[in-house]
Amino acid sequence: MKSKELSETIEINQQTPTKTILNPWQPFWAEQKEFDLKSGKYLKIWHGPQHPGVTGNMALELTLQGDVVVDCKTHVGYLHRGFEKLMERRKFIQCFPIVCRICVPEPDYNEYLFAAAVEELAGIQVPERGQWIRTLVLEMIRLASLTMGLGGQAGAFGLVPVGQWGVAHRDFILDLFEELTGGRIYHMYIIPGGVRQDFPDDEFPHRVELVLQKLEKLILDIEKLMFNNAVFKARTKGLGKIPAEWVELFGITGTNARAAGVPIDVRKDNPYLVYEQLDFEMILGSASDVYERSLLRKEEILNSINLIRQIFKKMPNKGEVRIKLPNVLHWKVPAGETYVRAETSRGEMGYYMVTDGSEYPRRVHVRGASYTHAMALLEQLAVGVSIADVAGLMVSLQTCPPEIER
Amino acid sequence: MEDKEIKNVMDEGFKPEVYFCDARPKVVTPVANKFVRKFYNWAQANSLWILAFGTGCGSIELPPLYKARYDVSRFGIFPRPTPRQAGVFIISGYLSVKTLKRVIRSYEQMQNPKFVLGLGSCTVNGGMYFDSYNTINRLDYYLPVDVYIAGCMPRPEALIAGFNELKKLIKEGRAEGANKYVENLDWYKANQKKIIKDWDLPEYNW
Amino acid sequence: MEDILNRLDQKFYVQARYVQRPNLAFVTLKKNVAVQAITYLRDVEGFRHLVMISAVDYIEQNMFQLTYILHNYQLHSDIAVRVELDRENPVMDSLHHLWAAAQVYQREIKEMFGIDFPGSPRVDEPMILEGWDNIPPMRKEFDTKKYSEETYFPREGRASCDPVKIMEKKLYRVEAEVKYEIKRVVRDNRNKSADAN
Repeated sequence: MKSKELSETIEINQQTPTKTILNPWQPFWAEQKEFDLKSGKYLKIWHGPQHPGVTGNMALELTLQGDVVVDCKTHVGYLHRGFEKLMERRKFIQCFPIVCRICVPEPDYNEYLFAAAVEELAGIQVPERGQWIRTLVLEMIRLASLTMGLGGQAGAFGLVPVGQWGVAHRDFILDLFEELTGGRIYHMYIIPGGVRQDFPDDEFPHRVELVLQKLEKLILDIEKLMFNNAVFKARTKGLGKIPAEWVELFGITGTNARAAGVPIDVRKDNPYLVYEQLDFEMILGSASDVYERSLLRKEEILNSINLIRQIFKKMPNKGEVRIKLPNVLHWKVPAGETYVRAETSRGEMGYYMVTDGSEYPRRVHVRGASYTHAMALLEQLAVGVSIADVAGLMVSLQTCPPEIER
Repeated sequence: MEDKEIKNVMDEGFKPEVYFCDARPKVVTPVANKFVRKFYNWAQANSLWILAFGTGCGSIELPPLYKARYDVSRFGIFPRPTPRQAGVFIISGYLSVKTLKRVIRSYEQMQNPKFVLGLGSCTVNGGMYFDSYNTINRLDYYLPVDVYIAGCMPRPEALIAGFNELKKLIKEGRAEGANKYVENLDWYKANQKKIIKDWDLPEYNW
Repeated sequence: MEDILNRLDQKFYVQARYVQRPNLAFVTLKKNVAVQAITYLRDVEGFRHLVMISAVDYIEQNMFQLTYILHNYQLHSDIAVRVELDRENPVMDSLHHLWAAAQVYQREIKEMFGIDFPGSPRVDEPMILEGWDNIPPMRKEFDTKKYSEETYFPREGRASCDPVKIMEKKLYRVEAEVKYEIKRVVRDNRNKSADAN
C-alpha cells in the first residue's frame, strides 16, 4: 500500500509544474493553490519563526506531501519597527542612529544611501577623500556580510566548520571597524557631507592588509572543504534554479541575478562614489542554482579584497574628509524627491526620499535588497524542494528579514 | 497511524485541549535540604542552554558568542533548537507585537528551571524605538526578566558578563523569574492580552 | 530621456514632469491611464525592472501620491510615475499581472496606507501587522508616539531629550536664560494686548 502511495506522490509532483493558465490577469505567480488537508495526503507545517534554519526572524507556511514542498507562503512582520514612520518624526541627523538598524549585517549601506539622498536634495558636495573612505567602508562591510553569508550557506547544509570560520573571520573585520568608527556592529560613520573622522593612524591600511591576507587564506580552505565536497555538490547542484526570464519579472538583483547570467550590477551600471575609477569585472554565472550562487559569492569576496587594495593604492593621502555644514539640528532640506541606489551583497538597495522644505523628511521609503527575493520569489522556488533543503535555499537567496518589513 | 485514524482526526478538527495541557502552572519550591539545594543550584548554573530564537537584531551577536573567539561553551552555554531542551531565553532586542505572541508561546513551553535574559536597551525601556507603534517598551510587563544587558547592541563580552551575573543569581537561589510568572500569572496575562488583539492561544499551554 | 518623455506625453497626457538627474525623471499621470502608460513603458520603451512602489501621504492637499519607479537596464535610467489619488476611498488598479514583485508592494501599501488594489493576490491578508484595529499606521494623522504611550507601558523617568535645549543649557546658559526671558515677556505682552482687545 505504501508503494502505491509513493507512486502517486511522484505523479503529482511531475504534474504540478507543467500546469499553465492562459488568463493574463491570473499568471502563475498569482495562482492560489487549494489543498484538501482532510484527505491526509498533505501536511501543513510552519518553518519558523522559532526555527534554527530560517535566516533571521520570518516564517514559511509549508504544505508538504511526503518530504516535498507543494506550497509555500511567506510570513513576515516579526521584526517590524515602523522605521519609515519613525523617520517622519525625527530630524535629518536624528535619523542616522535608526537607519543603520534597518539591515543588521550591512548597516553602512543604509547610512550611505540616506546621506546620499540628503546630499542630492540639498546640493552638498562631498570632498574626495571622504568619498574614498566611504567606498572603503562599504566594501569592508560587504566583505563581512559575504563572509558570514558563505559560512551560513555551508552551515545550512551541515558543513558547520565553514560556518565557524566565516563568523570568526568576520570578527576580524569588525575589529577594524571598531578602530575606524568606534562601533562594532552599528557604526553611524557616514553622515551628510562626508564621514565622521579620518583614519585612526597611518598604520591602519597595513592592519587591513593583514586581515585581507587572512581572508584569502580562508578562501583557499573553503574551496577545499566546501566547493570540492561531494555531499555539498550533490545537494546544491540543480537546487533552486532561477530562470533568467524571472529576473525582470520578480525584480531580482545582485548575485542572484548575476548567477542566472543577467549582467546587472549597480556599481557598473550607475556608478556611485568612486567606482568609476576602480578596476573590476562583473562576475557572471550561468547555472543559477544554489551551488553557482555560493561560488559567485566566493568570487565576490575575492573581488572585494581586490577593490579594498585598489582603494588604498589610489586614494589621496591627505585632504578633508567632511565639509563644514551648519548646525545639524536646524537643517532644512529643500523640497524635492529623489531615488538613490547602491549595490549591497544581496542586491540593489535604494532610498526614495520626499522632502517638503521642513526640518523633517516627508517620506522615506526603503527598497530592501531582498524584499522581492524573500517574498514572491521564495514562494515559487520552494515548490518541489525537499523540506531538508528549504533552509539552504533561503540562505542562498540571502534573505534579510529586517529590511523586508523595516 | 492508520489511514482511517488520520482521517478521523482530520474530520474532527484540531482540538488544542486534547493535545496540550492547559492546567495552571504551579510554583516550584526549592528543595528543603540545604546541601541538596546548593548542589541543584550549582548544577543549574553550569548548564545554561539557550533557546536559539533570534527575536531581534541582537541575534547577530549570538553566532560570534558560540564560535571560536568568544566560545561560551566553555561555561556550559550552548544553543538548543527547541524550547523543550532549553533553559535560558535570550530576548535579543526589541519585540514587535507579532513576535511577542510567539515568544510567550515558546516561553511557556520551556521546562523549569527557566530564565529570561533581556538583551539590549530596547527590552529595558524601548530604547530607540520608544515611540514605535509596533514594539513593546518594557519587557518586564509581559515576561519575568532575570538579568538585563544594556547597550545597543551589547558586545559579546557584555553578554558573557550577563551570563556570569545570571549564574551568581542562580547559585544564590535568587533567579526566581519562573515562579514570579506563575504567582502573577493573571497580571501578566492581562498585560499580554492588552496588546495582542487577536488572542487565539490557550490560557497557558505547555 | 527627453525623447522618451515627449513620446509618453503624446500617447498619455503627462500632467507634470520634472527631471531630477539626467537619469531620473518624475512624471505625473492621470489615474485612469497610469497602468496603460506603465505597460507601454515596460513593453515598448524597455523599462523592464520595477524598482519599487511607494505611497506618500499629502494630508494638506487631501491626496495620496503613488510612485512607481521603473528602471531601464539598457539606458541605465529611471522613470518614476506618480499618480495622485483621492484620500477618501483610495483605489488603484493592480499591477500584479505585469510583475510578480508588484503583489508584495501592493499588499504592504494596502496595509500601511489603506489604498486598495482590487484583484491583487492575498491583498486583504494582513502582511506585517497582526490584529491591527486602528487607522493604517503610515497615514499622517496617526500619531505613533501617542499610540505607543497609550498601549505599551512606558518606563517612567524617560526625560525628553531635546538636543537644542540641552546644548543651550550646557554651553550658553546665560544667553539661553536671557533668550527665554525675552520670549516670555513678549508672549505675556501679546497675551495682555489680546485680552485687552
